[in-house]
Amino acid sequence: MSTTATAVGVSSKRGTWGGGNEPLKASYGKLMMWFFLLSDIFTFAAFLTAYAAIRVSYPTYAGPDDVFVGSNEYWPVPEMVFDALPFLHGVHVPLAFVGLMTFILIMSSVTMVLAVEAGHRNDKNDVVKWMLWTLLGGITFLSCQAWEWSHFIHGTDGGSMITYVNNLGRVVSETVYGANLAVNEYGPAAFAQLFFFITGFHGFHVTIGVFLLFLAFYQAAVGVYERRGHYEMIEKIGLYWHFVDLVWVFVFTFFYLI
Amino acid sequence: MAIDENKSTLEVTPRNEEKIKKIWKTAGILLILTSIEFVFAFTLPRGLLLYAIFIGLTIWKAKYIMMEFMHLGDEAKPLFYSIIVPLIFLVWLVIALMREGSDIFMIRW
Repeated sequence: MSTTATAVGVSSKRGTWGGGNEPLKASYGKLMMWFFLLSDIFTFAAFLTAYAAIRVSYPTYAGPDDVFVGSNEYWPVPEMVFDALPFLHGVHVPLAFVGLMTFILIMSSVTMVLAVEAGHRNDKNDVVKWMLWTLLGGITFLSCQAWEWSHFIHGTDGGSMITYVNNLGRVVSETVYGANLAVNEYGPAAFAQLFFFITGFHGFHVTIGVFLLFLAFYQAAVGVYERRGHYEMIEKIGLYWHFVDLVWVFVFTFFYLI
Repeated sequence: MAIDENKSTLEVTPRNEEKIKKIWKTAGILLILTSIEFVFAFTLPRGLLLYAIFIGLTIWKAKYIMMEFMHLGDEAKPLFYSIIVPLIFLVWLVIALMREGSDIFMIRW
């Protein structure tokens, strides 16, 4: 199905063992992208498994959801933590914003696969069009995440009464607003730490992805791939971008739903 | 010369509407599965059954992304298996760390 200009198959001159063959029938760049993604799957899986392990080591909040109060004695209910929307201060809309973010990322994955499809047809105009949509999706997602982080860090109006060991080694009981790596108003310190590291590491991947998307969009637009004779770069960056979407599907389930 | 450079040297194949339709169909399935997760999050009581449904739907979505969007199914079989088979190690990782976590729970609380 690949219409790229790279050599594929067994060399007639050197035979099976003479070198220069491509038993996996994929170009070097695509293979390396796949194996990089495999290693990245393990990194994210380690993060999410650590989340699961730490979560089961804490009691779960047992009361009714609508009177949830943050405490570091038990794990919070995600839909009571992530319930804010931009421009709607103090309104309780559980998971709507993260749902929107998921929608944006899935849609940008769809436009990416349309760009790859256009690349197979050497259709420069379609590639440029769909790459631009994908780029816009990526930037929108990152902006949403910036808002989400900002809200998480600054917290709610009321905050929560938390008893914890402060950075001077004293046990203090005070109203905590928002979150940092040491203490947060939502749950145990590990909850905010995992939020920052998991969504942060994913956001870091999205940021790199946006740079790559821009590079591919620019090079496609000025005709670099046309002169090169194939649009394989779109395919490779596409693999990376779909992976970012794939990881978000898991982060969404394990962090926001369960 | 500038005009020469801007001239298309590659032959453009016309759009394969069937393929494009399939991409949008996959997109629709992904969005429907996500909506189902969303609805279940508010209608079903929290518990093992709900979590199992969530994980099942997530893996189902992951399958669609890998097979339809990343075209892993179209790659050579050895490549396909060299990506999928190592993921078996994750089963061990999850079981081991969940055990560890619940043991810490028993000691701590």
